[in-house]
Amino acid sequence: MDRLLFLLATGFARGAIFALFALSLVLIWRAARIVNFAQGALALVATYAAFAVTGLTGSYWAGLAAGLIAGAALGLGVERGLMRFAPHSSPLSGVIVAIGLVMVLQSLLGILFGAQYRPMRAPFDDSPIMVGGVPLLSPYDLFVLAVALAVMTLLALLFTRTSLGLQLRASAFAPEVSRVLGVRVGRMVTIGWMLSSAVAALAAMLLVPTELGLNPHATDMLFVYAFAVAVVGGLDSPVGALVGGLVVGVAMTLVTGYLGATVAPIGVLVLLVGVLLVRPGGIFSLREARSA
Amino acid sequence: MTRLLPSLRGIPRVVVFGAVLTVLAIGGTFLLDPYRNFQLATVAAYFCATAGLTLLIGQSGQLSLGQAALMAAGGYGYALTANAMTDAGVTGIPRFLAGMLTAVVVSAALGWLLGLAAARLRGPYLAGVTLTLVIAVPAIAAVFSGVLRGDQGLQIAYDGVPRMLERLIAVEQWQAWVAILVAGVVVTGLAALTGGRLGLRMRAVRDDETAARLNGVRTGRVKVTAFTLSSVAAGAGGAVLCFATQSVSPGAYTLAFSLLLVVAVVLGGLGSIGGAAVGSALIVLLPWALGAATAALPLPVEVAQRLSGNLSILVFGLLLIVVMLVWPGGLASLRRRRRASAPTSGSATRDGGDPRTHGVPEATLSRDVAADASAARADDAADPADEHAPPTDDAADPADGAAPGHPEPVLSSAPPTPHRKR
Repeated sequence: MDRLLFLLATGFARGAIFALFALSLVLIWRAARIVNFAQGALALVATYAAFAVTGLTGSYWAGLAAGLIAGAALGLGVERGLMRFAPHSSPLSGVIVAIGLVMVLQSLLGILFGAQYRPMRAPFDDSPIMVGGVPLLSPYDLFVLAVALAVMTLLALLFTRTSLGLQLRASAFAPEVSRVLGVRVGRMVTIGWMLSSAVAALAAMLLVPTELGLNPHATDMLFVYAFAVAVVGGLDSPVGALVGGLVVGVAMTLVTGYLGATVAPIGVLVLLVGVLLVRPGGIFSLREARSA
Repeated sequence: MTRLLPSLRGIPRVVVFGAVLTVLAIGGTFLLDPYRNFQLATVAAYFCATAGLTLLIGQSGQLSLGQAALMAAGGYGYALTANAMTDAGVTGIPRFLAGMLTAVVVSAALGWLLGLAAARLRGPYLAGVTLTLVIAVPAIAAVFSGVLRGDQGLQIAYDGVPRMLERLIAVEQWQAWVAILVAGVVVTGLAALTGGRLGLRMRAVRDDETAARLNGVRTGRVKVTAFTLSSVAAGAGGAVLCFATQSVSPGAYTLAFSLLLVVAVVLGGLGSIGGAAVGSALIVLLPWALGAATAALPLPVEVAQRLSGNLSILVFGLLLIVVMLVWPGGLASLRRRRRASAPTSGSATRDGGDPRTHGVPEATLSRDVAADASAARADDAADPADEHAPPTDDAADPADGAAPGHPEPVLSSAPPTPHRKR
């Protein structure tokens, strides 16, 4: 029972990170209609930047800020310098360019920094607090949950309460009409990319201290899980990302805790195929217009 | 190519060309040393998988990142059967055929299941599911470690050269023969199938699903068929690889390898079987060439260590991006380009009429165009299926290891070939 409670609590914290990363995939899907398969690699580069700045200044917070800025800058660079030129004839070309980008970024990191794991320090204690003799969340987990919730609330406010949010939503749903009405759609897409990669970078920076350390492949599994989360929730739905993240996080922690870490990828596969067979667009997706 | 034997049409044409190229490739193995022959066998094994993948992505428009997992399925199917046969005392060619059969059946079953899911999914969703499948390969090997032996993988008994050929050829050459033969059969089969009505249906589904459905094409069934065919090819490739290396393990079928197969078909030109052959050769030979080049440089040990592996991935990633951005037709579009500028007889200074290759700097193409000149006779149709490997004089070239299909231009020949029943 203690073990179950502990796993549930840890799964909750882990799920918050998945939800955050999935949210970044949802953001970019809504802004540019692509699943950015390079999201994990972009977040990883930003995390390396954060690691370097923390190493230089000795401050976790300076590193965190640098990582966020680096994430946004990468989003800007990739959208303006690469994705804008991808042929739009087929939805596959964006995915293929993104895969090329993953290969380039990961191999560059491997060449520059080597394959070893670099331990990344958490700003708070990560040993669990005992509540009535039961080990539960650690201070770091609480920090992760607080940050994730704060970011999600801020994004929700941005999208529903501000003029920029309205423009972002308008250009995502009806680019041509928005352009006629004076929305600078190209700029909105770029802002979507920057927001999305900054959020992804944040998720990666929160995750890495709880894992083995920083490595050119540290975000591979994060991407796969978060992709599963985003798809299960419906790529269009931020609420789906949040709920899906928590569900998948808890489910994966339970599978890992009771059946072993190697089984987790099979769990994701089963979950993905199962959900998509029942609802091809994801659970929270809007109903698509009939095609024939 | 229609200048050669213009009276031969339809499936017989594909089969004849496949057979001729297979025989040429087998003959080419006599010119190679054992290591090159081993590389050729690897290329032929990859070629099975990439030919299936190029059909799946290029013709039916479904992006799969999981081709390596299907190869693994074939490899494990082959290894388990081969070991069972060895225990039962069967050796030699019967053992190989039984293993091959199992590999094809296993991968076809898995591909059919995946295809059922894929038929309901669109682009990125399918890519994600297949990506997860590759990630799950080591996990599956670990969970069923009683049978599949976890990370360590399965070893199979050594397949020597048959007695009557023992004096003639070395074992590497024998492996290359078998690999080329399997690739020839598989790829000719794929080319024959997709050259006919099935290929037309696939392209219809790819280009406009709604229109295809309105015309009575059962889109779901076409997608599942494409997925299953592509999986069979991948499974055969995995089995051949297992035959040549005498082992199969999850470490050989990583995500990186699966992405490399995608790189190969994109570089070769999506939908082009000849392009898949060239792409397979590239993913075998380029890392080897880069490795040799870095080994020749006086680099510190640590730098060399970091470069090994990473450098080729870097180059492949860059190639993938560049090809996709400036040259989406891949290497296969070279011939199309050449054809477009054929009236000016080889004066490769103007842009051809093909919009897909429009604006590509000519200088980058010239070498390949020259190598390709003999094959660059005006063919018809700007149809990506209507491509084949450029014949080259270098026997190490995998184009020889192929039996590239040369299907008829389906779109222009209105009545479907009558001798095909489906």
